[in-house]
Amino acid sequence: MTLAPERTSLSVQVRLGEDWLTICDLARLTPGRGVAALLPDGRQVALFLDRAGRLYGIDNRDPFGGAAVLSRGLTGTQEGRPFVSSPLLKQRFDLVSGQCLDDETVRLETYEVRAA
Amino acid sequence: MSTTAFVGDRPRPTIVLVGHGMVGQRFLEALAERGLTATHRVVVLGEEPRPAYDRVQLTSYFSGRTPEDLSVTDMEFIAAHGIELHMGDPVETIDRGARKVTARSGLTVGYDVLVLATGSYPFVPPVPRRDAEGCFVYRTIEDLLAIEEYAKSRATTGAVVGGGLLGLEAAGALKGLGLDTHIVEFAPRLMPVQVDEGGGAALLRTIEDMGLSVHTGVGTQEIVTGEDGSVTGMKLSDGSELATDMVVFSAGVRPRDQLARDAGLAVGERGGITVDEQCRTVSDPHVFAIGECALAADGRVYGLVAPGYEQAETAAATIAADEASFTGADLSTKLKLLGVDVASFGDAHGTTEDCLDVVYSDARSGLYKKLVIGRDGTLLGGILVGDAEAYGTLRAFTGSVPPIAPESLVLPAGSGGSAQLGPSALPDEAIICSCHNVSKGTIRAAVTDHSCTTVPEVKKCTKAGTGCGSCVKVLGQLVTAELEASGVEVDKGLCGCFAQTREELYEIVLALRINTYQDLLDRHGRDGARGGDGCEICKPTIASIIASLAPTIGASGYVLDGEQAALQDSNDHFLANLQKNGSYSVVPRIPGGEITPEGLIVIGEIARDFGLYTKITGAQRIDMLGARVEQLPLIWARLVDAGFESGHAYGKALRTVKSCVGQTWCRYGVQDSVRMAIELELRYRGLRSPHKLKSAVSGCARECAEAQSKDFGVIATSNGWNLYVGGNGGATPRHGDLLAQDLSDAELIRLIDRFLMFYMRTADRLERTSTWLERIPGGLDHVREVVVEDSLGIGEELESLMADHVTNYRDEWAATLDDPEKLARFVSFVNAPDTPDPVVGFVSERDQIKPDLPLLSIGTRPLEGSAQR
Ligand code: SRM
Ligand SMILES: Cc1cc2nc3c(=O)[nH]c(=O)nc-3n(C[C@H](O)[C@H](O)[C@H](O)COP(=O)(O)OP(=O)(O)OC[C@H]3O[C@@H](n4cnc5c(N)ncnc54)[C@H](O)[C@@H]3O)c2cc1C
Ligand code: SF4
Ligand code: FES
Repeated sequence: MTLAPERTSLSVQVRLGEDWLTICDLARLTPGRGVAALLPDGRQVALFLDRAGRLYGIDNRDPFGGAAVLSRGLTGTQEGRPFVSSPLLKQRFDLVSGQCLDDETVRLETYEVRAA
Repeated sequence: MSTTAFVGDRPRPTIVLVGHGMVGQRFLEALAERGLTATHRVVVLGEEPRPAYDRVQLTSYFSGRTPEDLSVTDMEFIAAHGIELHMGDPVETIDRGARKVTARSGLTVGYDVLVLATGSYPFVPPVPRRDAEGCFVYRTIEDLLAIEEYAKSRATTGAVVGGGLLGLEAAGALKGLGLDTHIVEFAPRLMPVQVDEGGGAALLRTIEDMGLSVHTGVGTQEIVTGEDGSVTGMKLSDGSELATDMVVFSAGVRPRDQLARDAGLAVGERGGITVDEQCRTVSDPHVFAIGECALAADGRVYGLVAPGYEQAETAAATIAADEASFTGADLSTKLKLLGVDVASFGDAHGTTEDCLDVVYSDARSGLYKKLVIGRDGTLLGGILVGDAEAYGTLRAFTGSVPPIAPESLVLPAGSGGSAQLGPSALPDEAIICSCHNVSKGTIRAAVTDHSCTTVPEVKKCTKAGTGCGSCVKVLGQLVTAELEASGVEVDKGLCGCFAQTREELYEIVLALRINTYQDLLDRHGRDGARGGDGCEICKPTIASIIASLAPTIGASGYVLDGEQAALQDSNDHFLANLQKNGSYSVVPRIPGGEITPEGLIVIGEIARDFGLYTKITGAQRIDMLGARVEQLPLIWARLVDAGFESGHAYGKALRTVKSCVGQTWCRYGVQDSVRMAIELELRYRGLRSPHKLKSAVSGCARECAEAQSKDFGVIATSNGWNLYVGGNGGATPRHGDLLAQDLSDAELIRLIDRFLMFYMRTADRLERTSTWLERIPGGLDHVREVVVEDSLGIGEELESLMADHVTNYRDEWAATLDDPEKLARFVSFVNAPDTPDPVVGFVSERDQIKPDLPLLSIGTRPLEGSAQR
């Protein structure tokens, strides 16, 4: 397959201010699942890849339970919008806006992510 | 009165709001809804540094919500309506003659209408040295930030003065911050306003069991300070002294009416700005007061947010010259801290003349339920401690005669008298959501007239369920009932992605030999879902179907292969159970509960070397908790090496087959129950099913292995084995039904093979055998016909499906350790695999570790069904 070498040569980057921080090879991400990344300032980002190859980044910490585990949640789409469901108490978060879909008052920080 | 009275000489009349709390914000929304923001200039002056936030959920700050998360102010809304917001600038004087207010910064604003929403301040009893360093109140985000900092840097012990709703909440927060926590309450019981003596006793027991120290019937006499002037303790009215590093006063609130007093507006004897039913001050038609600062026309000051919202609506309506009035509100409350269920509603203390109490009390288990019933059978109110499950329905029935006897509403399930009271029996006027004052009629109309078909739609349409959340369950039941009644075909589909039930999907997968999720979704999913990413409900369900049929449909039996990896529930993905702080538990299989001394030593050594917490589980095996994600492969490498396999504690799969010692040792035993338990456990290990499967084998009718409470339980007889099915422990226990008697080993196994495969084929997602047996048409008789008599002629097929499973079983952990690619996922951070997650922390307790998370389950409620693992 010709796709494979192309995929591995790309890396996942997160935008921090003006700069893009390289996290890992794109091949480390499984479509439909997340990974956690550590930022230089100690924040944690949950990175996701969907079936169509789009990347998303949100804060890794579950605001309800307090543990940093959102990268381990199940993802899906609802009305075309991608979300992750927390593995702790199952609240869902929109991957684009960070909005909690089960509690209007909660919204997570989001990060710009790209494959380069 | 008409609006013209407010229109001054200026072209755009001005509304000034003093105080931007929850009620103030609601008032602004009500103004906008009535179009008043277009016709009026609206100016807001707030004392706090930040715009309105959710004070009700304040404590959830300690479970990780940031101040920004708590905000209830949508800045786009403020901008879109041209509202002028001045924060951190409290109003200092009102000049009613000139109709203007002046704020601390010197800013002066003229008004046509002035609305006071200044809220309350915490009451601090006048005890000596109450201002000492280390004394706090609990009202604002700033208070919480200060408490957190002090607790973390300077305190190990904390005391809360006041055992009411807020006091308990504050105590929960201190406990969550790791402090040794005391509660000092002047009244003889906790939550004196909401619960009576019996309820107080049940509550006390529960709170003490959580490790908080409670001192009731004593007052605080003075604060004791050390040399540097900071708190070291407090003297109590019984002469004792309590050592503590900090004190949080939570002894009630008082309306903030000083500004109004200074301006000569009438206030009540015990405080509160006196207003009429339109929320207009009795002293000045240009001034309104709403929320906790107002003394309502019924003579009460309300300390809850729901009545404040109603007042905000009333004031806005009146300003718009619409009819509205606020005549009083319900004081129902449900405590949202510490996971304790406490609720009171209506006339909880039975003050109505001639009323009767119906009480169920079991102080040992912390249960107390009381209903107050009128002479004519009307439900007037009640108190629930320990189990507030029925709160939503009961609250809605308050004021009417419930259609079933009240006793049966408070008795625990299973005690014979209990009956379920469905919301369909409620009258239309019944208030379902008391936070937003939404009646059953309004919710029904949302379905019938506004064509809402889901709970989220109804929430959006009516606001019901968007406050404290305690009505959401009843709301869901109502929406389903209404949809069914109006002939709308209620969608029985698995989820938003599939219109089929789990059973139908199972048949599709089996018949068409579909072995990937994407294939199934793209070919058989709902229109909008095809080509998408699925959702958290169907992915694990389909993954489980594919796994249970793997050998037959030509899929890999290993759950982390290829696409299947992405579908698994989070626990299956890591082959371990996630714990509250992000660490994992490890449960090796111990078939039948039989283990050698060497096996015990290996487990002991591993737990010791990795510093894990160990516990004997309720299912005859050993749990090792507190493993970091990156330690899982290291731990399992040693376990696998010593001959252990995955125990599937994380999977919807066979858990354990418990056993008693049986004939080999026991003087009563008639068969070798341990041997049979091991044989069954090895046969069905790794079997993925709609829900977890549990089993047990007892060596005689004395039943020491509790086989009748299992999905399939086996009890020895002198002639062989009796097979019981559909037993269940858990929240709704059920005794298993006898399926067949005096079976030989081979007959027993054949029947269990068929039974399990038939269940796996026809059950719903997350349906245990007990509920399945009660649901399927024909019940036990039908199952017996299919399984024992083979009435459908599928017996052989079911057996061969099971045979496929048995031959193809592989230990998941051994397979994972063999595959470097699979191991790559067991890292804390993809870009820093050697850095452990700093959030995963532990402290010690009884010589072992326990999770250290600065949180309790405060302010958060698990979503419906989320406990299902
Ligand atoms: C560890 C253990 C408690 C213990 O320390 O003893 C335990 C722990 C949990 N049980 Fe259990 N149950 C444990 C034995 C039981 C038993 C006793 C038994 O199996 O004999 C029962 C009653 C028997 C039964 O299931 O019918 C039991 C009935 C439940 C239920 C209620 C099931 C029901 O049908 O009502 C749940 C909730 C659910 O599954 O939806 C549950 C759920 C859970 C969860 C998954 C709750 C959660 O979501 O976190 C816990 C996961 C623990 C973990 O992360 O490792 N656990 N649980 C026991 C593990 C046994 C084992 O070795 O595998
Ligand atoms: C920890 C906690 C838990 C609670 N839990 C619940 C619950 O579960 N259910 C429930 O119904 N209620 C609960 N409450 C009560 C609820 O928060 C209040 O009823 C609600 O916030 C009242 O809203 P309000 O707008 O009237 O007052 P507030 O929210 O107090 O807002 C008043 C605002 O006015 C400002 N202000 C005062 N004077 C001036 C001035 N001169 N100029 C400008 N601004 C001024 C104040 O600084 C404040 O920001 C809880 C309260 C607390 C503290
Ligand atoms: S069930 Fe019977 S055989 Fe087993 S331990 Fe109990 S008494 Fe003995
Ligand atoms: S009762 Fe609080 S949200 Fe409905």
